[in-house]
Amino acid sequence: MKKIRRRKYRQPGRSRAGDLGVYIILTIFGVMFVIPLIMAVCQAFKPLDELYKFPQTILVYNPTLNNFKDLFVIMGQSWVPFSRYIFNTVFITAVGTAGQLLIASMGAYVLAKYDFPGGRKLFAMITTAMMFNNSVTRIPLYLIMAKLGWLDTYFAPILPALAAPMGLFLMKQFMEGIPDSLLEAAKIDGAKEWGIFTKIVMPNVKPAWLTLIIFSVQGLWNDPQSTYIYSEELKTLPYALSQVTAGGVARAGAGAAVGLFMMIVPIGIFIFSESNILETMASSGIKE
Amino acid sequence: MSNNTLSLYMRKKKRERQIMWKKVKASKNCYWFILPYALLFLICYVIPIAMSLFLSFTYFNVLEAPEFRGMQNYVNLILADDVFLTAVKNTFVLAGIIGPVSYIASFLFAWMINELPRYLRAVVVVVFYAPSLAAGSTMAIWKIIFNNDAYGWINSLLQVFGVEPILWLSNPSYMLIVVIIVSVWSSMGAGFLGFVAGFQGLDKSQYEAAYVDGLKNRMQELWYITLPSMKPMLMFGAINAITTAFNVSAIPEQLCGNPSTDYAVHTVVTHLNDYGGVRYEMGYASAIATVLFLAMLLCNKFIQKLLSRVGTN
Repeated sequence: MKKIRRRKYRQPGRSRAGDLGVYIILTIFGVMFVIPLIMAVCQAFKPLDELYKFPQTILVYNPTLNNFKDLFVIMGQSWVPFSRYIFNTVFITAVGTAGQLLIASMGAYVLAKYDFPGGRKLFAMITTAMMFNNSVTRIPLYLIMAKLGWLDTYFAPILPALAAPMGLFLMKQFMEGIPDSLLEAAKIDGAKEWGIFTKIVMPNVKPAWLTLIIFSVQGLWNDPQSTYIYSEELKTLPYALSQVTAGGVARAGAGAAVGLFMMIVPIGIFIFSESNILETMASSGIKE
Repeated sequence: MSNNTLSLYMRKKKRERQIMWKKVKASKNCYWFILPYALLFLICYVIPIAMSLFLSFTYFNVLEAPEFRGMQNYVNLILADDVFLTAVKNTFVLAGIIGPVSYIASFLFAWMINELPRYLRAVVVVVFYAPSLAAGSTMAIWKIIFNNDAYGWINSLLQVFGVEPILWLSNPSYMLIVVIIVSVWSSMGAGFLGFVAGFQGLDKSQYEAAYVDGLKNRMQELWYITLPSMKPMLMFGAINAITTAFNVSAIPEQLCGNPSTDYAVHTVVTHLNDYGGVRYEMGYASAIATVLFLAMLLCNKFIQKLLSRVGTN
């Protein structure tokens, strides 16, 4: 009975040997990919003697929370309250991500679906800009920000992130897949441009914008932003934590805790949006 | 006669301009939609890039006004800077291996992951994508794994078998391979996710139709149906692979230091960071960036041409 049911649900063109091969390859590479991550997690829970044990171990034998306690003590001694650093990073990440999603999607929509004078040229410029190394544009950008008065404000980290070429490029590539007939049908029904964008285009590219959120969060969360900001009150978490890890051997434990801490938030957000992507999938499957 | 043709020409030009203006007016909405992005893009990307292109023809130490030098920076770069040539060689080796390997691997992994049942798929995507998310904070772990002395994880394992410790991070014959391993490990990033999301957006009904038409297995399915309909994602992944492969710099700098022993993993971008971030010769650094930019543009043109052939045969 069970066998018949399984065969019924098997997709066409799928041999059992092929399935097995897929599982074996993914398992081998998956283990290779995950070992350093497991080490990073274990490292944060290792007592000092185990951190410098010979031979080194991947797993932790006497897990302790001392590293986190040390980290909190160090945090408590900082110049400005530590919550300020956390607020700055969360604020910059949230506003930057939401803004990029809106602005890049609007731009991507017209670039993908309309042929207007200058559109193609602009898109060519955007993909070209992705190729330029941004460590040399940092000083020119600094000069421009100084002229516009963005230096040492929240504008400095957020505004360049909004225009990151990667986001627009990703959205455009996905929006090209939306059939024109869908948009025309909506237009015949009297929908306005903004309505088409929010009610038809955006819901149809949900996997793309969840992907964009992940990239954007990852970039903004990990960026120490130290180039354009000099007041301590506006500095971010990665900057503050890099000061902790700069303590060398004495702070090796706290440093490992920092590593885990910085890793966990982007991965958490990724897991959250990932399950959302799959939900969208499932619901569209029901409609078919 | 010439007067006549000239006025004809002028009239034609005028007519063209009028048509253009009508088009611009008709697509007024488009301009409103793109305005916020275009404005920020101009300020934060176009102008800084233009400025550093200009700086590449100057001597600029950040403190004093730039001093025009003509082609001097480029001449020095190619004729006088031996380290730059080493960096170019290393960058080609690294980009030539990391780029294709990570591009193909991320596509194949995404494809295989798409074959898995739904919940397992979510877990496996996290496993492959997490390294690129955590690359910055796990560099300390890689340093422990490949540490030069006996405390290094691999070295301590080797010692159990009686092998002398290997200087993974400062022996030029091993450094390149270590950098390649760590780079590929952390490169399942934007391109990989683009592929995963792209696979999920594929129209399932076209597969059923194709099987009715005589498609036999998942390999044929991949080549005849999946690849052609993944073209936008393939292009996105290609640009991503190029930018990561040519910009390899954080990993060698953090693992092997900058400059590395014997310049064994000195890349164009670590060379750039050396001049821009340590010596503050921004003019020279801009020249390096411009050369790298041109190389990447050429590479991108070539790959887009290759990709336009996918599925056409």
